[in-house]
Amino acid sequence: MRSLIDILELSVEELDGLMNTADDIMANPAKYSDVCRGKKLATLFFEPSTRTRLSFEAAMYELGGNVLGFSEAASSSASKGESVADTAKVVSCYADIIAMRHPKEGAPYVASINASVPVINAGDGGHNHPTQTLADLETIRHELGRLTDMTVGFCGDLKFGRTVHSLIAALSRYTGIKFVLISPVELRLPDYVRRDILVTNRVPYKETTDLEAVLPELDVLYMTRIQKERFFNEEEYLRLKDSYILTADKMKLAKEKMAVLHPLPRVNEISVAVDKDPRAAYFRQVLYAKYMRMALIMKLLDIAVEIDAKEEA
Amino acid sequence: MKIDSIKDGIVLDHITAGRGMRIYQLLHLEELDCPVAILKNVPSKKMGKKDIIKISDADLHLDFAVIGYVDPEITVNVIREGTCVEKKHVELPEELENVIRCKNPRCITTTEQELPHIFRLADRHDGIYRCIYCDTKASRQL
Ligand SMILES: [Zn+2]
Repeated sequence: MRSLIDILELSVEELDGLMNTADDIMANPAKYSDVCRGKKLATLFFEPSTRTRLSFEAAMYELGGNVLGFSEAASSSASKGESVADTAKVVSCYADIIAMRHPKEGAPYVASINASVPVINAGDGGHNHPTQTLADLETIRHELGRLTDMTVGFCGDLKFGRTVHSLIAALSRYTGIKFVLISPVELRLPDYVRRDILVTNRVPYKETTDLEAVLPELDVLYMTRIQKERFFNEEEYLRLKDSYILTADKMKLAKEKMAVLHPLPRVNEISVAVDKDPRAAYFRQVLYAKYMRMALIMKLLDIAVEIDAKEEA
Repeated sequence: MKIDSIKDGIVLDHITAGRGMRIYQLLHLEELDCPVAILKNVPSKKMGKKDIIKISDADLHLDFAVIGYVDPEITVNVIREGTCVEKKHVELPEELENVIRCKNPRCITTTEQELPHIFRLADRHDGIYRCIYCDTKASRQL
């Protein structure tokens, strides 16, 4: 029995396996529509995240399984003071697998050591959100056909964005990756991420404040939202906010084959006009996320389905 | 001041000067009935000065994880009938339970009081420990 708490618990081989399964589900959904018959997924959401919860629930339904759970702490026994450990033990009696979101860092890990069924971390505060990273990886691989030898740009709030840190960590294990870190000085990638991941793994990177200048180099552009409250002063925010908005005009500078990702929800950092650009991958990313969650649920439930051989291009 | 060398017991030697009292507390030596001596600022060729703790109970079970964490330079000598029968060097333990507390206000240990505070050794060279729940680093400063 295995759980997924942190993306780095999965080897590169296992990641590839999950992506192969996701690709096969996309190509042959009917083959998978019944593989989880009789299985139940419990979605334990101690803080609301409708988007993530719906993705998990849709994933389980498309595998032929069922779903139970709650979507906020107030409707769970946590409001009566039950510990995460006890909740995990109790829910293990009802469900075959658990997806847990919790505002406290480490709560899904506590659940995983107490549950008798696999636990998937569906986000624990600002700490880990491995299924988002699975979706990001699959998006890049599916859109560009590879996860090696490319230049990946991250733009916006690189300081507080956990999805950015996790994706940098996950991509650093592939060969030939270069990072371009685009952000205001106040929202630079934290030193510990730079040191522990980039320097330790000798991954080449450069930092800039200028999106337009580096846009032509990028194979992937990962956009994030810059929250107003992250700035020290209003003036600075007004001065900088437009420079990190991706517009159709700026997209003219980008490579013909590249992919724009965003963990969503978007506010205004990508103008709506970019949506119809074929390089805009952020809504397909939502779809890839569901397929990766399907692949992960199958893996953790030990459900193996033979993958159809891919035709060589 | 003269403290007799002990016949049967445990001597914690080469304690970094000034840390003797902290070790005494962490090992809960105040709970013992047998004689315990803390020697402070003892001249040492190797260290300049050092602290030493002598406990007159050779069969006492000590938490070596705590000792290794607080001061990996310490040597533990077990004395029986006046001779040293065992000399151990402690090292940084792989895991520490309820020795350091996680200081991250967002960590699950802040809301669930019964959870043990567990840290695992992440980097032996630099002596870095991380909370098993939230990955927050603990510095070895005590
Ligand atoms: Zn912690």
